[in-house]
Amino acid sequence: MPLVKGGKITDDVFVHVADGAALPDDGAILVPAARLLENPASVLDRKDKIGVIWPNNRDVDDLVPYLDRLAVVALVFPIFRDGRAYSQARLLRERFSYRGELRATGQVLRDQFVFMLRAGFDSFEVKKQSDAEAFAQTVKRYSVFYQPTGDGRLTALHRRMQLRHSESAGL
Amino acid sequence: MYAYDEIDRTLVNERVAEFRDQVKRRLSGELTEDEFKMLRLQNGVYLQLHAYMFRVAIPYGTLSSQQLRRLAHVARRYDRGYGHFTTRQNIQFNWIKLAELPDALADLADVGIHAMQTSGNNTRNVTSDQWAGVAPGEIEDPRIWAEILRQYTTLHPEFSFLPRKFKFAITASANDRAAIKIHDIGLRLHKNAEGETGFEVLVGGGLGRTPFLAKTIRPFVHGSDLLSYVEAIMRVYNQYGRRDNIYKARIKILVHELGIEKFAHEVEEEWQQMREGALKLDDDVVEDIRSRFFYPAYEKLPHMPDELRKAAHDPQFEAWRKNSVSPHKVQGYAIATISLKPVGGPPGDATAEQMDALADLADKYSFGEIRVGHEQNLALPHVAKRDLPALWKALDKAGLATPNVNLVSDIIACPGLDYCSLANARSIPIAQELTRRFANLDTANLIGRLHINISGCINACGHHHVGHIGILGVEKNGEEVYQITIGGRADENAALGALIGPAVPYAEVADVVEDIVEAYLALRERPEELFIDTVKRLGVEPFRERVYATR
Repeated sequence: MPLVKGGKITDDVFVHVADGAALPDDGAILVPAARLLENPASVLDRKDKIGVIWPNNRDVDDLVPYLDRLAVVALVFPIFRDGRAYSQARLLRERFSYRGELRATGQVLRDQFVFMLRAGFDSFEVKKQSDAEAFAQTVKRYSVFYQPTGDGRLTALHRRMQLRHSESAGL
Repeated sequence: MYAYDEIDRTLVNERVAEFRDQVKRRLSGELTEDEFKMLRLQNGVYLQLHAYMFRVAIPYGTLSSQQLRRLAHVARRYDRGYGHFTTRQNIQFNWIKLAELPDALADLADVGIHAMQTSGNNTRNVTSDQWAGVAPGEIEDPRIWAEILRQYTTLHPEFSFLPRKFKFAITASANDRAAIKIHDIGLRLHKNAEGETGFEVLVGGGLGRTPFLAKTIRPFVHGSDLLSYVEAIMRVYNQYGRRDNIYKARIKILVHELGIEKFAHEVEEEWQQMREGALKLDDDVVEDIRSRFFYPAYEKLPHMPDELRKAAHDPQFEAWRKNSVSPHKVQGYAIATISLKPVGGPPGDATAEQMDALADLADKYSFGEIRVGHEQNLALPHVAKRDLPALWKALDKAGLATPNVNLVSDIIACPGLDYCSLANARSIPIAQELTRRFANLDTANLIGRLHINISGCINACGHHHVGHIGILGVEKNGEEVYQITIGGRADENAALGALIGPAVPYAEVADVVEDIVEAYLALRERPEELFIDTVKRLGVEPFRERVYATR
């Protein structure tokens, strides 16, 4: 499954640790949430980068105490029609000021890239190779956005106000 | 009317381009049907019994004559020459080809119409009072806020994959013509004790398998807080609404299972954390939207022009005027409702020729504006009273002057088994038969206001629960049978109807309805007591006795 990060297909340096499997001695790891929560110290006490895969039916409040130790939070779309992770993503970015990598995983498809970017995701484990290759093209589909989210894109309402002010200033 | 600017137009065009690409990928097989299904639904495309059905949004029920002509064009060019207006201020075309859909969408985009989110598990078309902006006694034009909500909910990055569909309706009148209590979020504009304008917010209404009327979650939310409060509700719903069972996924079930107090508490907690954030609406932002609604330059006209006085001698004109013309907030003007319920016709259908004719009449007599109401009728909102006789003649010529608005033959019906793949039973032929039974206008006027609503399955697109008489088609042992309720209503005193007796077969529905109406005529205290009031006073029992005594 290709990983898109920074707008490009890149190698995933994180090793996915399955439930119950032993943690590798070194290297970046991505562990299931339950693994982190049952014994945080055993997971967090390592020099290499740590990420967690957080399920979409668990409040992100429970993740907040560990955020500053995490390099990756991976949120899950079990099917693309299940939109809970969009709310989790916005809460992590906008309320809890998480600045690390926010990864979309599961059934991640081309036609949801823009929504995911707007909700704060910046890396994508894309289901299909062709979708991953189309990433750069797809995210240019839209230039107008009606809602303010943490991604900083200017909303239509505010663009109008700017236009209006520049007109009245004679610019 | 709200005038799209370059920003709005760009978004709609970008959406058309995106959908064109999606259709191309579906036709090439790159997208599976499962992947494509939600994408097409989010552009209003359903797969029905015979063909694709295409549902186009008419936000808050306001259309320009240019837009109506374009709908006529789509009916003619891509469909079979007609369209069907729905209970949610949408129009549906029933015979569209998938490969042609992107072109149809592009044609509509030229005049600022789209089909975004007319289906799918996202926020649907924001609906409002079809008399918004012209009804006497309104707090203010609710369409300003409906447009703010339309923009806010369009392609929302967090709420495009909710547990289930999500519908807003908004009213600013004491008489609720927008049926806000049967919506996921209902908004009622009103003034608080300090004289400020804001919203009573209701949540958790909806019909379908488990009908609920919406409950008040907050009696007053200031206009500047509207979007943040709505976002708090939707965020709670997105995270905690059920996704394990499609029939329990609407917000009404979450509200019911948690109880309104607990749900309100969750929303309040969320809201307090973000109410001062980026969603706060500054006055100048609201004013900017308001400034792009344009209103007619009304003339100063007499209350009772000579033309109207003269025409009063024509009993046919008078029958139409008394039935279809309503007071306007400006002296000398009136609102003319256009019945789409001719005797023997499918409720809510209009031909391309009728749409064109009405667009011309709107240009001539209504400042180029047309409205669509949830009762599946249209309206011309700004008709000078002196023009009413001429308008009536022209409407009559186009087959659009049936004077049965709010009468027993003004029936709401879903497409039913004639088109819909979800339906268990036919709706349209039942409606057609009833309009024939009650074709005599004297009888219909004697009966007075009476709303019959018909759905062809439990999903309740025909709003049967809130019909004064509600008819629900179900399938039993391979046969269509119909459950009949009485006493429902969708207005400010909204109520769900009560079952009158055992379900009856297709062939007997019209007889039963006739018996119910006869029972009412015998039971009412005086001619002015409406059907719905008689049912309220007496309950279902006396009706049941009379209707089922011989069955």
